[in-house]
Amino acid sequence: MEPFKLIRVQDNQAAIHAAGVTRTKFIAGGTNMLDLMKLNIETPKQVIDINKLGLNKIEELKSGNILIGALVKNSDLAYHPTIIKNFPVLSEALLSGASPQLRNMASVGGNLMQRTRCPYFYNTDFACNKRVPGSGCAAIDGYNRNNAILGTSDKCIATHPSDMCVAMAALGAIIHVQGIKGVRTIPFTDFHLLPGQTPHIEHTLKQDELITHVEIPALPSGSKSHYLKVRDRASYEFALTSAAVVLNIQNGRIKNARLALGGVGTKPWRALLAEKVLIGAIANEQNYRTAAAAALSQAKGHKDNTFKIELAKRTLVRALITTGGMS
Amino acid sequence: MIESVGKPIDRVDGRLKVTGAATYAAEFPVKNLAYGVSVLSTITKGRVKIVDIAQAKKMPGVIGIMTSENSMQLHFPNASDPGGGKFAEKDLLPLQNDRVFYGGQHIAVVIAETFEQAEHAAATIKILYDEQAPVVGLEKNIATAYKPGAGLGGAETQTKRGDAEAALQTAAVKTDETYTTPVYHHNAMEPHATIAEWKGDELMVYDATQSVMGVKGLLTSMLGIPAEKVRVVALYIGGGFGSKGFTWGNTILAAMAAKQFNRPVKLVLSRQQAFSAAGRRTQTIQKLALGADQNGKLSAIKHATTSETSFVDEFVETAGVATSMIYSSPNVDVSHELVRLNRGTPCPTRAPGEAPGTYALEAAMDELANKLKLDPLQLRLINHADMEEQKKKQFSSKNLKECYQRGADAIGWSKRNPTPGVTREGKYLVGYGMATATYPANRSASTARATLFADGHAEILCGTQDIGTGTYTIATQIAADAFGLPIDKVKVKLGDSMYPKGAQSGGSQVTASVGPAVRAAALGAISKLIDLAVSDSNSSLHGYKKGDIIADNGRIHLKSNPVKAETYTQILNRNGLDKVEAQAKTNVSTRAQAPTPAPAGSPEAKAEEESKANAAVQADEKTDRTPYSFHSFGAQFVKVLVDPDLGTIKVDKIVGVMDIGKVMNLKTATNQIMGGMIFGIGMALMENTQYDPNNGRVVTRDLAQYLVPVHADIPEIEVQFIDKPDPYISPLGARGIGEIGITGITAAIANAIYNATGKRVRDLPITPDKLI
Repeated sequence: MEPFKLIRVQDNQAAIHAAGVTRTKFIAGGTNMLDLMKLNIETPKQVIDINKLGLNKIEELKSGNILIGALVKNSDLAYHPTIIKNFPVLSEALLSGASPQLRNMASVGGNLMQRTRCPYFYNTDFACNKRVPGSGCAAIDGYNRNNAILGTSDKCIATHPSDMCVAMAALGAIIHVQGIKGVRTIPFTDFHLLPGQTPHIEHTLKQDELITHVEIPALPSGSKSHYLKVRDRASYEFALTSAAVVLNIQNGRIKNARLALGGVGTKPWRALLAEKVLIGAIANEQNYRTAAAAALSQAKGHKDNTFKIELAKRTLVRALITTGGMS
Repeated sequence: MIESVGKPIDRVDGRLKVTGAATYAAEFPVKNLAYGVSVLSTITKGRVKIVDIAQAKKMPGVIGIMTSENSMQLHFPNASDPGGGKFAEKDLLPLQNDRVFYGGQHIAVVIAETFEQAEHAAATIKILYDEQAPVVGLEKNIATAYKPGAGLGGAETQTKRGDAEAALQTAAVKTDETYTTPVYHHNAMEPHATIAEWKGDELMVYDATQSVMGVKGLLTSMLGIPAEKVRVVALYIGGGFGSKGFTWGNTILAAMAAKQFNRPVKLVLSRQQAFSAAGRRTQTIQKLALGADQNGKLSAIKHATTSETSFVDEFVETAGVATSMIYSSPNVDVSHELVRLNRGTPCPTRAPGEAPGTYALEAAMDELANKLKLDPLQLRLINHADMEEQKKKQFSSKNLKECYQRGADAIGWSKRNPTPGVTREGKYLVGYGMATATYPANRSASTARATLFADGHAEILCGTQDIGTGTYTIATQIAADAFGLPIDKVKVKLGDSMYPKGAQSGGSQVTASVGPAVRAAALGAISKLIDLAVSDSNSSLHGYKKGDIIADNGRIHLKSNPVKAETYTQILNRNGLDKVEAQAKTNVSTRAQAPTPAPAGSPEAKAEEESKANAAVQADEKTDRTPYSFHSFGAQFVKVLVDPDLGTIKVDKIVGVMDIGKVMNLKTATNQIMGGMIFGIGMALMENTQYDPNNGRVVTRDLAQYLVPVHADIPEIEVQFIDKPDPYISPLGARGIGEIGITGITAAIANAIYNATGKRVRDLPITPDKLI
């Protein structure tokens, strides 16, 4: 690990001003950041401890929207009664991630900022365009069972690892950020970037910007939601495939559908093509299968992960059946 | 007094461990300690041109940097087994030259005032190489396979009886399939860790090892110093599973650095480093053919294994080792081949050979049963080996049929539908599978010292070690019964090469080897005490015959009249003694090797001499073991639930019924078997190490990338023991138990998955992608 300067801040302004310097990182729960620092993957010169900023509240707005502080712990969000009741997809996604110990430390903002678990990214002896731009991608011709099949490029096939983000993509969350120039909001699907030719640029935050909140829009009444994750072991493991499903079914017809996939995309993967199939369609297994096929229609498998195309379809179909069956 | 052997007594070191008071190798408070961090190769094959340490040298806290340019010269190790000290890679003694044989090989060691400083400096070291094309991939290089010599401990690697090939040609029913298993890493919780400290010409080493005596022997020969100048301590070990049986670079490098920089040095391998520099279980490709008649009687077994080794030593994963003895068959052909790859050298991993070997054999038996339309359990009973057919010997003790029956009852085998893929519990397909477990019952020479103190407590010293299996606890129980004392009056001290030489912790042999020595030493001390009493006119036992007197609850008394008694304290006090001491060496091997006498003048030679008058040793050594083959057996039964759409597998229940002779401690024994079975779940369903297909270096090298089972993966586990003493292995009747739990279980899971889904996966691990 590189030596670094630790700064503890008490308010957002102080955090933002301290962050203007290059090679500066915020730290909250540290569940990913510290690992990366110990492995010399992140080598910040300055680390800003933002745990005292008070961004740890979950507020229910009059609109029915939920405003989640960026420092809310994953566990606290997962077990919040309103989240469990109105947004089970989010609670289930959070509880399917990591382990209880990690969830007790990990923050919502940190979860948005966590980095891929591609093994080549974690091993500085291998080429990785995300870690060292221009060095190459060892995963494309290497061991890539857990890598992405959607949104990949010839520079990077790393999967976005988060479960929470998949649920938030489906829920159409809004990210609130604050920088030197003031506050702004970012729609969830615009926050993370596809790798393209610049896989080291992963999101649209500016150097001085701090995530302050994530807002979850209220769902129309009668909406049902669910998160399903398939993985190699029962806990403490990233998804092979996962699906976040939000459905509003009235009289057997799908009025609204919001779908996202995990474990398969280079970013939390909103399945817009599948949503198109479902909206207005009858809620039945045949339509779910058609939607799943649409969701994966642009998927590209690599040597070890072609199975994910079929597994992701099945995961989405199962999640739709489970959710639709509850309406 | 009630015997304590067999009882489910809590670990005597349990409280120390859960409170953090037990001191592991890296935790000894050594003054003026310096910290080492090893720098490993980042190419797979070639030569080191330049190790650029210019920047690192100048960094804060750096004391020095050891490379092949400046490190001391080592001598060639003079033993090749863990008991005498086995350096894992005989042709790659660390930092002796510029050659690179694999990725993740030691190239330099940075020594600094703090660990953080050493790490920081290590990260700045740049290595320039002359890179060569490495040999990568077992399948790709299978044309280079060769037949190795003997395996570890002289294990035969090519075994034949009859003509298996001819019998297969004429067999009414046969299966012939290839089964593959990936590389597995031990991943003990405690890393490979060493602290080395020189005091003048004396070397003190705290090491995470399965063999304090082996490390002592190895350091003696590699450093070229007298044995009496080296002391190795390993009081507690956080798991070894074979990876700490051989000695790896960290141990010798710590001793070299401590000498070179004249400071005590701590060197701990990181989790990532252990994936290349501390052994593994090799990949295997196993061709398994079975031939049988219409009734299911086996006529032929052919088991050909190909696995990999390194370019710097030879290790054979003897996957076929159990195949020649586990079932009755007139024709058997077991062979092993090795392919040299640019990877580090493999080493034993819990049940080396048997673990992957019983997977292939027992999965093949399931396939054969299916073809014969026979119950797989019935097929095992038809082919039960009443004797060891390869060596043509009787088993010392075998109760396998009872294991099958009890296991079948416990899992509910009668509920198994012989037609695969059709039985459901809710949305899940349900399946049952079973397999035979087996592991040899090893025993080797061990020495122990017993001391009875005038205050009424007793002590045992033995130069073996407790690698987390419960050796402290069962040695306490065995000693307590022999001393005639409650267990809280007995202190067992292990893990120090100053103590009399005990067995190394490998091959499941410690209980069988050390237990009888501990017992004999304690009985020897009691015998001396009785001698004191009967020859003392002031004793109430004066003049009685020795054989009429027994020890019980801190007293010796007449068998026929318990009132005629004296406490140990009374006897010692009256004689003005603060203690009475005895040493015993039990020189017994179940591998039919002639016991080798200790070198004249050595501590073991003295123990041997004293043992000539020790009735317990004499009776034990006089037992004729040559007519017998010593093996443990068991039956593994599994119920699984499989989601047919998503391919996810839930092991719902597992049952292991083990015939391991007499159980010394029901709690630690259950724990050992359960641990082995959980290892088996990992092996069957998730564990595997991946190497980069292009450059051959390890890709998955931490516990996030290398999956081991978590609590949520583990079902209800039922462990049962037959608990019948083995009459020939030792007076205690106990065979070893550390490894048999992992045998058979992997096949039982695979067989259950077949029964659930109708899909036969012959390539471990069985993950969701292989079932959809």
